[in-house]
Amino acid sequence: MAHAPAPENVALLARFTAALAARGIVTEAQIAEQIERTDRADPRIGAAMVARAWTDADYHALMLRDGSQAAEAMGVSMAGAPPLGVLADAPGLHHLVVCTLCSCYPRAVLGYPPHWYKSAAYRARAIRDPRGVLAEWGTSLPEATQIRVVDSTADYRWMVLPMRPAGTEGWDADRLAGLVTRDVLVGTRLPLA
Amino acid sequence: MTNFAPGARIRVRADYPETRGPCHIRTPHYLRGREGVVERPLGAFRNPEDLAFARPAATIPLYHVRFDQPSLWNEGEAGDTVLVELYEHWLEPAG
Repeated sequence: MAHAPAPENVALLARFTAALAARGIVTEAQIAEQIERTDRADPRIGAAMVARAWTDADYHALMLRDGSQAAEAMGVSMAGAPPLGVLADAPGLHHLVVCTLCSCYPRAVLGYPPHWYKSAAYRARAIRDPRGVLAEWGTSLPEATQIRVVDSTADYRWMVLPMRPAGTEGWDADRLAGLVTRDVLVGTRLPLA
Repeated sequence: MTNFAPGARIRVRADYPETRGPCHIRTPHYLRGREGVVERPLGAFRNPEDLAFARPAATIPLYHVRFDQPSLWNEGEAGDTVLVELYEHWLEPAG
């Protein structure tokens, strides 16, 4: 249950946004637009990108070359958003995304991060004991798979392009997208047909 | 400043600016002094260490750098790796 914000905090926020506007850093309209954009974003955007990459070789190449352009190609405005990088899983290689310093997350294509992604426990443990973390998620990787933990420390935001699961031959992009959950897109789970 | 090519071996500077006063750092503590391999350049971005304090900020090359995961922590599984974005001024060539 969300609590109403304390009046002094509301007043503090109002003074802060007024100060930003007075210095020409950001306007109230720009802040509102950014909030609306994040509200509209949803892991289904990332899932649609993955499903398209699985069914369209040109899009797959674009996604690896320039994730931001690949997002724009799906109708997402990336104006003002940090550049999006895409990490392609491969036979023998699995990516797991974490932000140990704070909670950087590809909001433009995944929306708001889940609470666990921002927790100190996930941030501390994913980098040090990724196999233990994946085991707790019930995620078992194929044998002889190396894990690459991607610590999102700077200007990029990262999402995972998992491998297309076996048994999905002939599926169209819409059906494939249904396999790609939010957790798949940061690598804590695998898509399962 | 050096420019590093993919495959270049680097060492992250063993520097701890947080011991000298208020600062904003995007280089994780666990990587200071560690050796890794440049995976690829990621372009150039304004130095967040200055941006955070509203100081004039130079545009600095950013790299994706790969590290051996078990040797960072003295535990883990051989072959696992860590991939991190690091700014060029934190990197020095390693042998």
